[in-house]
Order: sequence, then C-alpha cells, then structure tokens
Amino acid sequence: MTDNLHNGVKQALIEVVDIKKSFKKSDNQDLLVLDNLHFTLREGELIALLGKSGSGKSTLLRIIAGLVKPNSGEVRFCHQPVYAPVPGMSMVFQSFALMPWLTVLQNVELGLEAQGVPPAERRARAIKAIDIIGLDGFESAFPKELSGGMRQRVGFARALVVDPTVLLMDEPFSALDVLTADNLRSDLLDLWNEGKTKLKGIVLVTHNIEEAAALADRILIFGSNPGCIRSELTVDLDHPRNESDPAFRKLVDDIYTLMTQPEEGVVAIRGLRFKTIDLGYRLPKVEISEITGFLEAVHTPEYKTKADLPEIAEELHLNVDDLFPITEILEIMRFATVEKGDIALTESGKQFADADILQRKKIFADNLMNYVPLARHIRHELDKDPGHRVSEERFLAELEDYLSHEAAEEVLKIVIDWGRYAEIFAYDYNTGLLSLENPQ
Amino acid sequence: MFNSGRRTFSKNEVTSWSLPNYWDFIALILILSIILLIGWAAAGMTTTHYTVGETIPISLDPSALPYYSLRTVLRMLIGLLCSLIFTLTIGTLAAKSKRAEQVIIPLIDILQSVPVLGFQVIAVVPFLALFPNSLLGPECAAIFAIFTAQVWNMTLSFYQSSRTISPELIEAVQMFRLSAWQRFWRVDVPNAMPGLIWNSMMSMSASWFFVVASEAITVANKNITLPGIGSYIAAALPNADLHAVGYAIIAMLIVILAYDQLMFRPLNQWMERFRAEESDDVGRTQPWIISLFEHTRLMRNMGVLIGQFWDAFVNLSWFRQKKTVIQHEHNEWVSKIIVISWYSLVSIIMFTAIAFLVWYIKEAIAWHEVLWVICLGLFTGLRVIVLIFISSLIWVPVGVWVGLRPRATKIVQPLIQFLASFPAYLFFPVVVMLIVRFKLNPEIWTSPLMVLGTQWYILFNVIAGTLALPKDLRQVASNLQVTGWLWWKRLILPAIFPYFITGAITAAGGAWNASIVAEVVTWGDTTIRATGLGSYIAAYATNLNYPHLALGIAVMCLLVVIINRIFWRPLYNLAEKYYFFD
Repeated sequence: MTDNLHNGVKQALIEVVDIKKSFKKSDNQDLLVLDNLHFTLREGELIALLGKSGSGKSTLLRIIAGLVKPNSGEVRFCHQPVYAPVPGMSMVFQSFALMPWLTVLQNVELGLEAQGVPPAERRARAIKAIDIIGLDGFESAFPKELSGGMRQRVGFARALVVDPTVLLMDEPFSALDVLTADNLRSDLLDLWNEGKTKLKGIVLVTHNIEEAAALADRILIFGSNPGCIRSELTVDLDHPRNESDPAFRKLVDDIYTLMTQPEEGVVAIRGLRFKTIDLGYRLPKVEISEITGFLEAVHTPEYKTKADLPEIAEELHLNVDDLFPITEILEIMRFATVEKGDIALTESGKQFADADILQRKKIFADNLMNYVPLARHIRHELDKDPGHRVSEERFLAELEDYLSHEAAEEVLKIVIDWGRYAEIFAYDYNTGLLSLENPQ
Repeated sequence: MFNSGRRTFSKNEVTSWSLPNYWDFIALILILSIILLIGWAAAGMTTTHYTVGETIPISLDPSALPYYSLRTVLRMLIGLLCSLIFTLTIGTLAAKSKRAEQVIIPLIDILQSVPVLGFQVIAVVPFLALFPNSLLGPECAAIFAIFTAQVWNMTLSFYQSSRTISPELIEAVQMFRLSAWQRFWRVDVPNAMPGLIWNSMMSMSASWFFVVASEAITVANKNITLPGIGSYIAAALPNADLHAVGYAIIAMLIVILAYDQLMFRPLNQWMERFRAEESDDVGRTQPWIISLFEHTRLMRNMGVLIGQFWDAFVNLSWFRQKKTVIQHEHNEWVSKIIVISWYSLVSIIMFTAIAFLVWYIKEAIAWHEVLWVICLGLFTGLRVIVLIFISSLIWVPVGVWVGLRPRATKIVQPLIQFLASFPAYLFFPVVVMLIVRFKLNPEIWTSPLMVLGTQWYILFNVIAGTLALPKDLRQVASNLQVTGWLWWKRLILPAIFPYFITGAITAAGGAWNASIVAEVVTWGDTTIRATGLGSYIAAYATNLNYPHLALGIAVMCLLVVIINRIFWRPLYNLAEKYYFFD
C-alpha cells in the first residue's frame, strides 16, 4: 500500500459525483441536507470527513455505502455505480452494531455467512481476523461481556474479515473514552500502515479535530445547511504524528480557523463581526449552563482579550460538537466574536460573566429579545393575545415553513428553554401552552 | 437447541465421537421417555372408527389422570407450535409489509377479544368434515381453540420487537448483505426471543384457564368430551365429586411444574443470551436440566451436530439467491393505482363481512333482542369495571410491598404464574356452596370468578413497576421524610402508573373472555346463572344456535374494542408520555 502511495499511479476507489440529498419535510416541501458533493478517494488514501453534527456527513457515508439513496448524483466504487451495499466496502459503526445474541466469533462470521463461505473456511478466517485485531481468547464471549473498546474491536474484526477494499467508519471512536479511543486509533493506524489487510482506502467520519489531524491524509471540512464541503486540507505529516509537534499544532489551528470561518449572515459592526439570523434559523442546541460556564472560563485574566479555541477546547474537554454550538450562539447573541480560531468577549459578554444570577437573567433576556428573532416573535405574539396564552403548536407550524418537523421541534424546545430562563415567557408542559404568567 | 448455543468454540473443534458417560444414560432415558409418551398420546388422538355422537367415557378414577394429563399436554404443545408458526409468518408479514400491517394488526386487535369458545364453535364443523370417522376432527377443533387462546399476544409481541430493532443493526445487516432468510434467523427471531418466550409462558397459562372449554365440544346437540384434564374436571362438576376436583388440581400442579422445569426454565436461561445487556440477576442457579445435558458426553456431541445442522439451515444456499440490484424509477401512477385498489379491496371485503353478519343476525333475531344483548353486555362490562377496580385496590399495595422486597419477589413470581393458569372451574364447588349456603346474590357473587385468572396481571405489572423504580428516588423520598399518603401520591403511584395500566388492560381483556366461563356455574345438580353477555353466549354455545352466538360474540367484540379505544388507549398514551422513565 505504501508502494502504491509512491509509484504515482493512484487509482480512484470511490468517486462521489454531484450528490444531492433532501429529506421530505412536508408533502410538497423538501429539506436539502447535502448539496453539490464531489470528491474522490484514491488508492492508499485515508480521508476524514470532518464537520459539526447535523452537517450530513454521516448521511454522506451511508450514501457511499449504498444504504441511503441520493436524490441525484452518483457514487462509483471502482468505476461501478453503487445502488446498494456492494462487496468490497464494509463499515464500522458508531455504536458498534453487534448482534447481542451472537458470540464474538459468530458476529465476526456474519459477513462471511452472507457471502456463502463454507463453515470451516469461515471459522478459520474469523479466528484469524480476531487474532489480528487483538481479541484472541474472547471468541466465545458475548458482546455484553466486553467493554466498549473491546466491542469496537469486534466491530473492526467483523468489517475486516470480509477483506474489504474500502473501509467506511462512522465516528468509530466517539463512543469510547479518551484512552481507549487513542489505543484503538493507533492499532488501526498500525494495521493500515503495515498492510496486514487488503484495505486500499478508508473514509472516516468524525467530529474530532485532533482525530482527523492525527489519522487523515486528506481532510474534507463540512459546512452545514445544507451539508457541503467547505474546504479541503492535504496533510503531509508522517505517521506516527506527534501531537505536540509544532507542525501538528499548526495543522489543528488551521482546521479551527477553517471551521470557524463565517458561513453566512455575518455583519460587521464597529469592526467586530457578528452573526445575524432570521426567524427560521436552526438554533444550536446549547444549555444555558454551557453558555454561562464557557463565558466564565473565557473571562479570566489568563485570556486577556482573546482566547485560542483549540487551547480552550482542550482546557474544557470540549470536542467540536460541544464547542462550535456554543461559540455560534455566543456570536448570535453578541456575547463574543470569533475570528481565525480565536474568540473574544464583547462588552455585554464581559458584563454577563461578572453579573450575579438575577442580573445575568436580565442581560440574557435583553440579548435574546434583540438578536434571536424567534424569541422576540413569541413574546410579541403573547403580548398581542388577549389572554396572553398561545399554543406551542402554532409556533411549531410556523417553524415548519423553514425546517423539518424534527428540527422545528428541537429549535422550539431550545428557544422555550432559553425564554423560560430569561423569564420572558412561561411554558406549561402538560398543555403545551406558552404564556406570560408565572406559575403559582 | 439451547445445548448447541452453549458450546464453547475452540480452534480445534471436537471431531471424534467420545464414549457416552453415565449422565448420557439419564439424559437418554429422559428424552426417550418424553418421545414415547408423546407418541402414545398422539396415537390416542388419531383413533379411527369414531362417529360423532358416540360418547367417550371419562373415568373419574385418579389412575386415569396421568393419561388424561398427557393428552392435554400434547394438545397444548401442538397449539403452542401452531402459534409459533403463525407468529413467525404472520407477525413477520405485518412487520415487513405496510399494507399487510394495516389489515393484520387491527384484525388481531379484534380477534383478541373474540372468546375462545366462539372460535371453537366455528371451527368444529369444518374439522369434523375434514376427518370423518376419526377422533382427529374433534381433536383439531380442541387444538384450534387452544391455539386461539395462545396466539394473539405472541404475534403482537413478535411484531412489536421486529419493528423496534435498532437502526444501526439493520444497517449492519444490509452492509454485510445478509439474505432475507439469514436476516430472519440471525436478527429478527433472536431479537424477538425474550418477548416471545415470556409471552408463550403467558399463553400457556391462558390455555390452562380454558382447558375445560376447549376439551368439551358441542356439535349437533351432541357433546364430545375428549380425554384430558379439562374433560375430567367437566365430568367431576355435575357429579359433585370433590375428590376428583382435588385430584385434578394435583395433576395440574404436577404438569405445570414439569413444564416449568423441562421447558420454561431452560428457555429462560437460554433467553439471557438474547438480552442486549447483562441482567443484574446474578447468582441465579442453573436449571438442573441444563446441568444434566452439560455433563453428558454423547449428548453434547449431538448438540454440536444439531448446531451444525442449524447453521446449514440458516445458510441454505437456496435462500441466498440475490436479486441483481438495478435502480428502477417508481412510476407514480402505477403505485397510486396499486394503493387505491388495495384500499378498495380491503374496504369491500370489510363491508361485505359486516353486511353479511347483519343480514345473518337480522334473519333470526328481532331488534329488541339485539338491544337486550347490548344491555347484557353493559352488565358484564359493569362487572369487569368493578372487579378491576376492586382487584387493583387489593393488588397494588401487595405488589408494591412485594416489589420493594427482592426476596419476596423471587418467591412470588413463579407462584403467580401457577395461579394465573388455575381454571375457574376448579372454584365452582366453593362458589356454589357459598352461594347456596348463605343465600347470596348470584349476580354479584359469581363475578369474582371472572378476574380469577387475570387479576394476576395487575399484580405482576405492579411488581415490575416497583422494581423499575430507581433506588435514588426511594432514597430521596426517605431522606426528605416523605411518608404515608404523600409517599404513595408523589412517589409510588406515579412511578407504577404505566405498568399498572398495562396490567389493567390485560386483566380487563381477560375478564371479558372469562365471563363466558364465570357467569354459569355448575356443581352437582345446582346450576347458577348470572345475567350477562357471558352466560348468554355460553347458553347458545351449548345448543349451538349460530345466529344468537354470532350476535353475542359480535357485541362482545364491539364493546371490548370500543372500551379499549375510548378508555384504555388514551390512559395508556398518557402514562407513556408522562410517567415512563427514559
């Protein structure tokens, strides 16, 4: 495989051509989740698809696998169009997807059974795969007896035993703890680099920046709404990569910068750039406690004017999926501004961090009313209503003009949460009524 | 089968046949005697030269009971097998095909509420015609009745499990391109197994409850009593033979115990492997029957062989034919036409069936009787409601008490299993004697028989609900010194609410079905009737008046379905929404 890398003849393994995917929102409206996707996986390459959750990267992986059909465009595997799962591609799942009623050996044999491999050969190949992945001695164990890391090893053995050409991985390490994930990652790299398998290419879906930087030859950064490739980075570092190596740090910094680059709706006010949103904007799912905690962490003497995002992410043990929603809402509510992988608090951000509980509610309420049109809209409607009560169903219906039903529900839940915290309106779970009255 | 699953894999598979050991002989004797007994009973079932109307003498001598028990057991096993086949085919169909689902699921919902007796009355004539001059006809009718007492909950359970397989598992199956046949045996069936085993245990209890009704068959004004425990009990009642009732209870106890030991306990143990998570029930003892087979040598090799055979069966190449996948555009017009014609077909069949039923009943029965039958249905309904209420008052506190004590739970759970299978008939002597002795009102005092078998579902579910209550919550409550009524109101009752509703729905459904057995009580020369839909149906079932029977059953179905829709379903949805722990 390393030979292939250097002799210059890089065959295309997977070609993704102009993929578009939308899900049905209502009877005559579609929600575009993937748009204009175009890339090629070449022989000997490990590509990482990196993006926030909800950016459609997992959907793309399933389209490549043939599990989900695109609305338009085509996936070609070794120049043949893919309409359904094909031999030669296998997949490792985020939550392992092992059959709980089959032993480790039986789980690994499953793919071979499907190919009609005779029992004796099946057994031999499965045992070899189990050996390679380091599960020797656990052949007769059931998945529930194993730890998460061991289970994912079974997932790898099951995927590798069918001798795939391409391995698709859907956030395979994200359900594991940090140490276990590190360990499994380096074992995977060894397998890949030593060429113990017939693997010729890997597609890895991840939301972990450091993971992508540590593993990939090429990183495709995803943007959301709809999902598309925003930028592409080729990584020229040798394996094994040292995380404290300046070149590696620079790579991570570059990825942060690319990922926090504004997408749309950005305005500049007095030299600072903020994000302005409309009523149907898909608000990020962030808890109030995350907002306050993050502001407090950034508002320390250690970071005078601005903080480096990779640094703060490491300090707070946040991965991309936790971090970017927070920075996004801070930008929207103008508590902070993000540029080139750095975050700086605004005046109201600093005031918020310094305030006590009641003052914080006040500041939060002001910013919410000013910069989140949905919250403002709900409050106006409640003010207008003679009884000051409106059913959540109405706002849900309004949101569904912009978003899918699930997304609309989620966004409404988020804004209700924030509104209740800010005390700009009240909500009753049982009746689903929003109102201006406080509970007795 | 469970033996094959428990073998351990090693790199050097045992290939040579080892000599049988001492345990093999015990196991062999056990297996051979089971096969012999089944063969003997089966021979009795297929007796030829039988003409309808010929009475089969039922001896009340206890020495006849072992053979009778055997016949009953065989019938129930065949019924269970049929239920399993029905479940795996029809349940799969409902889970895989949206159109089939739209017909099958509501149909099962209605069939569930049709009393067992109703099925038997309908089935007996065709079965007699199918096997003239043989006992096989009535036997089939009896088995059919047992089947209808067992099958519905099993099918629903399978259907529900098949629809709730985790999506990632399904993706893995697609990714590794398992054939439909392999997927069925490797994923769908194992996934449904825990629910299926649990439900087949429940089904066995249900079929015991109707053992008398299923074995005493009426056709053309002649009674056929098939040899079995049910007929034995049926013969003991008019003779007022208390001893015989006692013997029947003992026989039942032994048979249920044998089932438990030889079948359900090993199955339960086997079932553990199908659970996704390790159960916290550590330190359980291994059933002796599994230990026995694990000690054997020859039998274990047999197990390996069976395992290989099973493997070959799942991987049959004939079922592995793959269609070549081509991308085909769905023609919208064609699919629209298919949908429209499907719905019209279903509605035409439905309307024809209803029109026929109405016409059939109207020919023979006047309108005022229809009204009267509905009125009878309301009587029975009132009994069901009051009884469910009373048994809830009793069993909720008991269930909570038991559920809070793990030790008591272990003792009580198998006991309930037995009590749930106890036929109401065995209480007839007690009920009749009490009513006659104290001149009680039969309208009220026969009714407890209705909930006799089904009240246990309330207890069972309340125990389960109490067990599911997180320990933290209990500790918080005691930490805040929440006691007395506040403790019930704020902690226990909300926590067990969804479980209680599930139990009450099952209990109420069963009580309707049991009303046919419970509203007419016979002991010796005394027959006591309560006014209600159950006694109405029972009366017309004995003299086979089909229009009246059809009316009675139709009204019962209608009432049960309506009550489920307007009362239980909303309650259940409420419980599911607000009170289940995530």
